[in-house]
Amino acid sequence: MAKDLVEFRNLETHFQTTAGTVKAVDNVSFIIREGETLCVVGESGCGKSVTAMSLMQLIESPPGKIVGGEILFEGEDLLKLSKREMSRIRGNQISMIFQEPMSSLNPVLTIGNQISEPLMLHMLLDRKAAKKRAIELINLVGISRPEKIFDSYPHELSGGMRQRIMIAIALSCDPKLLIADEPTTALDVTIQAQILDLMRDIKQKLNTSILLITHDLGVVAEMADYVVVMYAGKVIEEAPVLELFQDPQHPYTKGLLKAKPIINQKQERLYSIPGQVPNPIDLEDNCHFHDRCEFCMDICKVKQPPFRSHGKDTHKSACWLYEEEREVL
Amino acid sequence: MSADVMPITENKNTKAKAVDTPWKTAMRRFTRNKLAVIGFIMIVFMFILCFIGPLFSPHNLFDYSLKNKNLAPNGTYWLGTDKLGRDILLRMMLAGRISLLVGLVATCITVMIGATLGAVAGFYGKLVDNLIMRVADIFMALPSLPILIILGAVLSDLKVHPSSRIYYLMVIIGVLNWTTLARLVRGQILTLREQEFMQATEALGLKDKRKIFKHLLPNTIPVIIVAATLSVAGAILSESALSFLGIGVVPPTPSWGNMISAANNLIDFRKRPWLWIPPGMCILITSVAINLIGDGLRDALDPKTKK
Ligand SMILES: Nc1ncnc2c1ncn2[C@@H]1O[C@H](COP(=O)(O)OP(=O)(O)OP(=O)(O)O)[C@@H](O)[C@H]1O
Ligand code: SF4
Ligand SMILES: [Mg+2]
Repeated sequence: MAKDLVEFRNLETHFQTTAGTVKAVDNVSFIIREGETLCVVGESGCGKSVTAMSLMQLIESPPGKIVGGEILFEGEDLLKLSKREMSRIRGNQISMIFQEPMSSLNPVLTIGNQISEPLMLHMLLDRKAAKKRAIELINLVGISRPEKIFDSYPHELSGGMRQRIMIAIALSCDPKLLIADEPTTALDVTIQAQILDLMRDIKQKLNTSILLITHDLGVVAEMADYVVVMYAGKVIEEAPVLELFQDPQHPYTKGLLKAKPIINQKQERLYSIPGQVPNPIDLEDNCHFHDRCEFCMDICKVKQPPFRSHGKDTHKSACWLYEEEREVL
Repeated sequence: MSADVMPITENKNTKAKAVDTPWKTAMRRFTRNKLAVIGFIMIVFMFILCFIGPLFSPHNLFDYSLKNKNLAPNGTYWLGTDKLGRDILLRMMLAGRISLLVGLVATCITVMIGATLGAVAGFYGKLVDNLIMRVADIFMALPSLPILIILGAVLSDLKVHPSSRIYYLMVIIGVLNWTTLARLVRGQILTLREQEFMQATEALGLKDKRKIFKHLLPNTIPVIIVAATLSVAGAILSESALSFLGIGVVPPTPSWGNMISAANNLIDFRKRPWLWIPPGMCILITSVAINLIGDGLRDALDPKTKK
């Protein structure tokens, strides 16, 4: 198995709001391996973006704060780095593409200018070398006539092209990890497919690890090697992709998979499970899913299920259904 | 390398070509605004008059001839002469050079200070913002004319040479005006820094200096242009007022303000209108023209107005 690239260890990110503390990310642990695509899925508000932003250390503070845990990147704890050391890693070793390609590019700077910027900053290329590399990158993300695009402004490009440019910028310094936070949500379906193809293509060629955040189980089926399912700030199940689709354990995951996505076919938003995501403020120490779960037992309401494997090593989940000790209590 | 990635084809491009750049749109809107165009023509005329006109004058700035003093406009002296027999037209044109120059240089200083401080305040927020904006409040609370008068008097007291006074004036007027621009720029930066593309620069690990000067400030150029245009008029008026009071540009260097003050007695004022009407008209035309341009630019650069 490939080496570990990033390891989240008991990460806790909280937001202080006037209504109370929001535990947006609560004791989250998982591992991203080299050359692997890891998908994080879950309903809106479950803490996917906050997990990614914690890794980049772009949590706005206040109100947000990483209150505990470690994020190991190649064995080094990112949370212990100084601001300066961190900004050397950002955009260089770890880069990120955002959901909104329309607003992620600066409207008054040319595309070329924006692609060259990280090259000149992190790779210390001069203007000419940066331009050459930028044009290669524009080519790499499948846009024809790169010289012309180099001198264009963002408003002259379509949404799909802008997202390709964002990918080009993210790839400019050969990052080891590419974080993509719902990179295709804002695009129409055919363009979505093209962007995903492009990302898969790039992963193969450059051996970049990808942390892909998505709502779309179709995307997961197509892209992921490994899946992490989050619910109310916690990881409730993780498994290799085939394993998860064939043998989901947690009732929440089963619910997600109910409207079975067919592999290689696009799927609308997640099938919605009856009930509401719990209020994230001051959650109790129980299974946060209990009020929506059809298998809910007494213990579920008072005690948190441990997160561990039940059988296969790589497949873990947190649910009392699979625990023996539940009778004891 | 990307052979198996479907390339985006040209049709998207041709569609994009029809879209104008923001600058072209603004130009089109500006040229449609009649008043703004009139203002622009007026200001171009003033510049030609002041910077090229003197080259064709048969007279000399220092041609004193007391026998020609206080002549009414005639064939030789088109706008008459002053009490030292100097040609009013020539003096008016040379005064224009100085007034326009003071306006432009003072505005450059205003823009540099105002844009930088406003951007820094908006970008960092919190303590830095508070500090800068409270200083701005103090500057704004001070009435500018009395301050200018005091500083002008200090210059006179320090016996600054008349020819170097205008440089001090430029700096003083420029520095005193920074607050309006700083406020405008700060307001813009506050909304801009929350935009997604700024989060993207953060994710690229860019340095603060680059974020402010390369990514944020260029986005505020429309606001800066409008404010700067209007501030040129303000600076020219300040200079004229000071010179009129005898503490701005002082004779023998001519300026529109001190030319008017030459007509400061009732006899000159009533009997010799050629002394004060020409420079007065120049001040009026210039400031009206600049304000028309400023309003035109504001409409042209405002993304909210359509067409
Ligand atoms: N700046 C903030 N202030 C207060 N609470 C916040 C802030 N940012 C995020 N949160 C809280 O953190 C929780 C997780 O948010 P997050 O953005 O990670 O959700 P998500 O899983 O990415 O959802 P989506 O799929 O809608 O993007 C939410 O409940 C939200 O209320
Ligand atoms: S722990 Fe209980 S409530 Fe939670 S998912 Fe499992 S069965 Fe449902
Ligand atoms: Mg999100």
